[in-house]
Formats: sequence, structure tokens, C-alpha cells
Amino acid sequence: MKNDWLFAPGHGLCAGCAIPIIVKHILAISGENTIVVNATGCLEVATTEYPRTAWRVPWVHVAFENAAAVASGIEAAMKKKGEKANIICFGGDGGTADIGIQALSGMVERGHNVLYVMYDNEAYMNTGIQRSGATPYGAWTTTSEVGKANPIGNARPKKPVAEIMVAHRASYVATVNVAFIRDFKKKVEKALKTEGPRFIHAISTCPTGWRSDPSKSIEIIKLATETGLFPLWESENGEEIKITYKPKFLPVEEYLKAQGRFRHLLKNPEYIEKIKEDIKQWWRRHGVEI
Amino acid sequence: MKTMLRGNESVAYAFKLARIDVFPMFPITPSTLVPEMISKFVANGELDAEFIPLDSEHSAISAAIGASLKGARVGTATASQGLALMHEILFIASGMRLPIVMGIGNRALSAPINIWCDHQDTIAQRDTGWLQFYAESNQEGLDLILMAFKISEDKRVLLPSMVGLDAFVLTHTMEPVDIPEQSKVDEFLGEFKPNYRILDTKNPATFGAFGSPRHYMEFKYAQHLAMQAASHVIDEVFEEFERKFGRKYSKITEEFTEDADIVFITMGSCTGTAREFIKMKRKEGKKIGLIKLTVFRPFPKDELRKALKGKKVVAVVDRNFSPGFGGAVYGEVLATMYGRDEPKIIDFIVGLGGRDITFDTFEKILEITEKGLEGSVEEINWIEVDKEAVEKEEMI
Ligand SMILES: Cc1ncc(C[n+]2csc(CCOP(=O)(O)OP(=O)(O)O)c2C)c(N)n1
Ligand code: SF4
Ligand SMILES: [Mg+2]
Repeated sequence: MKNDWLFAPGHGLCAGCAIPIIVKHILAISGENTIVVNATGCLEVATTEYPRTAWRVPWVHVAFENAAAVASGIEAAMKKKGEKANIICFGGDGGTADIGIQALSGMVERGHNVLYVMYDNEAYMNTGIQRSGATPYGAWTTTSEVGKANPIGNARPKKPVAEIMVAHRASYVATVNVAFIRDFKKKVEKALKTEGPRFIHAISTCPTGWRSDPSKSIEIIKLATETGLFPLWESENGEEIKITYKPKFLPVEEYLKAQGRFRHLLKNPEYIEKIKEDIKQWWRRHGVEI
Repeated sequence: MKTMLRGNESVAYAFKLARIDVFPMFPITPSTLVPEMISKFVANGELDAEFIPLDSEHSAISAAIGASLKGARVGTATASQGLALMHEILFIASGMRLPIVMGIGNRALSAPINIWCDHQDTIAQRDTGWLQFYAESNQEGLDLILMAFKISEDKRVLLPSMVGLDAFVLTHTMEPVDIPEQSKVDEFLGEFKPNYRILDTKNPATFGAFGSPRHYMEFKYAQHLAMQAASHVIDEVFEEFERKFGRKYSKITEEFTEDADIVFITMGSCTGTAREFIKMKRKEGKKIGLIKLTVFRPFPKDELRKALKGKKVVAVVDRNFSPGFGGAVYGEVLATMYGRDEPKIIDFIVGLGGRDITFDTFEKILEITEKGLEGSVEEINWIEVDKEAVEKEEMI
């Protein structure tokens, strides 16, 4: 892969973590003329322990909630100097959907020329698997504990961050899954060619937090899409989203049973029914009956 | 020729004269006029800068870091709640050694919400690693912003600076101000060429890395050395400024201290009132002197030790307070003088939340201070507080 050296091996991310696969592929496409802004989280912590770094492009981390604001400042300085480079933010679901959503909303609304990538492992993993706004319905985390009084785990549906970005009329928004690498690459290329604020939502297996087999990481996120739970789509300038992959709509149990975080649901078919109903509703809203 | 300017206008002119490249902002009383003016300068084409109206002060200071790290000269302005919201990121700006300059309209902090003057906002940011300057007048506000760029950008320093102007008393009040010529400021500041590593795709580097216990302390020690160096650089820059512009600055300014038994220490605009009060009292034969603190970080320890040597009583006028201790300036002066034949040091908490500091205020301060010459007095004195009201009414 051309430019695959821009994100170096030897970092401290867990075995089976999907983050480095996502990052490596994106940098391979964006190339050397790229500046990366990273929010606090697993990616940042595990790749830059001073004096070592896994980054061979200019990289900056400031804090948890402000990657989009830092990128806004970088872009403004580049405008003043008449320089051009890809500015790419990487933020986890927590740093993006929760604590960083204000800065992200502002960056997109002001129209900064930045590509923001949310790697979504569906919890605050760096601090030990606490729920985030992007944690799916029914998932166990250390702050959505499962017990007699709460058999569901996380009782709230996942915050639709990418759709929120469509509502902002971002110039390009897409959901991606590295298990569908052609679709992934096409969208990243398109995002990098588009001007203005762009947003990519990448699902990212976390074997540590999902309680899954590290050797099955790609199969598992593949199932997220094939069951209809993580649809692949894109949208330009706030327009109606376009589905880019029609899933096989495999039974969602296949996805759930591969992960310890959903184990408690298997004893509670009514919760699984709710997940199925939510999937059905999402696809119905987008013109597909399953 | 002098122009009538509000303090906020002084600050905005200073940023324009410094030819800032990027101005990230979020509005807050009493400093809002600064970004409004910069917006106008940019819209008119008078200033070639990128103006970013952010979604919060937290984002404004974050954008300032991004722009500074990309090699831009960056200014911004805020106050009170806005500065408090920046708190987390202020440490990062100094830890990353970025020479950002910020104008502050010194304002009280909530609760109760209050838009008027005191120094609580900047005092609460004392330990964030920023240089701190306090202006007595609008002229000082303008000059200190210009000098702050030169000091912050010095290779030996590379630390951000904040310059405080008292809310309303300065920010909204007209005073005659000499706006220096652009060519002279250009000569003084020079064209901005970052002398630190920046985000550069030709020379990639990692910024804001993870610092383990093996390395963290060295980063902090380097900041300590930079603060020490700043102390010398401030003197150099103040001298150069005087040579070029004819206005003298020093970290502490002593007036009438030579024969004084009693010394008042002040910060900010109340210094003017203190000066006139002291002049009046000296006519009555009272030996009172005045020390104005212009630089609070790095704290001018050596200068104060020299100035306070042999004095009998020091009255520290604190327009802030650290609950559970007393005034912050008092604490610093006490620590600075400890074990050095120290004078008696008495603290006066005054003028919080915009309460006026008048001759009457200083009269009360003097009364207690004179008692202190002879016998013992309270350590922390709250001046012009309606203590009865506090007892009678339910303030909690
Ligand atoms: C203001 C602030 N609050 C809390 C934290 C602690 N913290 C660091 S990373 C993190 C979770 C990050 O979650 P996410 O963005 O999903 O990234 P991940 O760790 O999953 O990669 C938290 C809570 C922090 N660094 N800063
Ligand atoms: S905890 Fe999860 S997200 Fe973090 S490095 Fe490990 S596998 Fe990746
Ligand atoms: Mg996460």
C-alpha cells in the first residue's frame, strides 16, 4: 500500500483493535501533505508516548473535547499564509459525540475546510469502557452495568452523530466500515477531494471493551453492517442520504453473540426484538422494507 | 498626538499594531468591544488577519493553540467566566510553549453573577503558566499588549501572556492614549517568524505527546526556567520600549517609598486613586509610599525584597480573595518577605464585584495600617463590607 508508512507499527493499541487499520488506510490515501489533530483517547495515548511517536505526518493533541476547534485554528492560520494541506481530525465517539460535539458543531457550521473522522468503538475505552452517547442499546459497559434492577445495560439508543452532521449540511458525510474496504476507500477519497467541513463515522471494533475475540475483529464489524445495524451511506451538502451497500440482513443475534457486552441480552428475547424493530424502522425511513 | 480611547480600544489597537495573523474569539462583557473592533478592522481591510468567531471561549483558546502551532501570531480577549471556561486549555498553551497574547477585562466571577471589576478571574489562573501583566491605565493596556508579544515570543521565554485591564474603570472609560506609529511598532516587534517548531508537512513532528513519569517533570522544569528567564527578558523589553517610545515600565513601580514607613501595594486602576490619596496625606506629613505591581507572573520577588527592606508596615490592597486564606497578592508578598527582616504585612480585601475604591477606602486602610505600626491588628481586613447585613440577611 502506497504511503502505508505514514502511520508506523510499534504503537501500543491492543491486538485486534480496529483503530490502526482505519488510520493507516486514511493516511495512505491522504498522503504526506496531511496534518492530524487527535482528541484524547486510545489512539492518542497509545501512539505518542514521548519520546516515541507512530506518526510520520505532523500531529497534534491538545485535549479531549476540542480537536475540531484546534483544527479550526490551524485552518485559519493556513488560510492567512496561503498554504494547503489535508487537515484530518481523529476523535473517539466520546470526544466527538459527547464532550466534543459543541466544538464539532461549531467547526462544521463555520465551514472550516477540515475532515473529521470519528472512530467509534461505542464507549470511553481509554478510561476503561464507560458508556458514551454512542453506546448502543443493550450494551454492557462499566457505567451501564447489568444486574437484577437493570437487565438491559445501556437503555438508550445510539446518538446518530453522522445524521446530526447531515443536519448541519456538512459538505460530505459518510459512514464507513473497514470490513468493506472498497466502499471505505472510495468514501475517504471523495471526502478528501471535497472542500469544506466533512465528517466520516467509522465503526471500530474494540475487543477489550466489546469482550470479543481479537482475531475476529473484522468479521464482527462486518456483521454490524450485514445485520443492518450499521448501515453504510453517504450524503452531500445536507441532502438525503444515499445507501452505498445493501446488506444481507443477517439475524442480529449473530452480531450480538460474538460479543460479551451483549451476552445478557441473549436471555431476554424482548430486548433483541427491540433491536430488530429499531433496525427495521431505520431502513423503512430510508425506503427499504426488511 | 493623543487619542481618546476606551481600554478595550487600546487593546484592539495594540493587536492591530502587532499585525496579528489570527484572532479567535468569543464575546463576554466587559471585553466584547475588542473582538468587535478587530472584526471591523478585518472587514475594512485595515488588518490582514483571520477572524474566527468560535462557539465558546474553550474553543477560542483551542483555536488559538492550533493557529499558533501553525506559525501564526495570535491574539484574543476575554474575561471572567470566559477565562474560567478556558482554564483547562490555558495549561496546555503554556505547556506547549506557545506565545499567545490575551487581553482581559478583569471582572468578578459568579455567583452571584456580576459584570464589574475585580481581579478574581486572572488570579484564579495564576498557576496556569501564563505571564500576567496588570494595567493602571489605557495607555499601559496598549503598551503592555505590544510588549507582551515581544516578551512571549522571545526564544528564552516562549510562554503565553495575559494583560489585565480593570472592567469598566478602564475597559469602558475614555482616556487620552498615544497610539504609536505602525512603523515604530514594526521595528520594535519585527516581522513574526516563529522561532519554535510548528506543524509543517515538510518537517513532521508530534505535538502534545503523552508524557510519562519518566519525562513529565523535565517539561515542567523547563517551564520553570522559562519563567525565570522571562523575568530578565521583561526588564530588557521594558527598557527597549522606553528607548523607542519614551514610556517607562518596570515590574514594580515605587513612588514616595524612600522615606516611607508605610507602603501600600496596589495592582490595576486603583493605583491612581492610591497615588492621589498618598500625595494628600504626605502633605499632612504622613510617610506613606506606594508600590504598583505591573507584573504578577513571574512574581517580582527580588524587586519587592529590595523595595520593602527596612519598611515598617505594608498594606496589601487585594482586589481578589482566595477563600480560606485571604488575598492572593498578600500571600505572595508574605511568602516573598518571609525570614528577611520582614515588615508587618496586612491584607485588605477591597473593591470586589466592582465596588468603588475611593479616598474613603484608603482612609480606612490607612487607619488600620497606622494601628499596625504600634500594635497588633487583624491579618485579613475586609474594607467597606456591610457586616451587619451579612448577619441579618440570608446570604446563603
Ligand atoms: C475534560 C476531560 N474529561 C475526561 C477525561 C478522561 N478521558 C480521557 S480519554 C476518555 C475517553 C475517551 O473516549 P473516546 O473519545 O470514545 O475514545 P476512546 O478512548 O474510546 O478511544 C476520557 C473520559 C479527559 N482526558 N478530559
Ligand atoms: S481498549 Fe479498545 S479501542 Fe482502546 S486500544 Fe484497546 S482495543 Fe483499541
Ligand atoms: Mg470510544
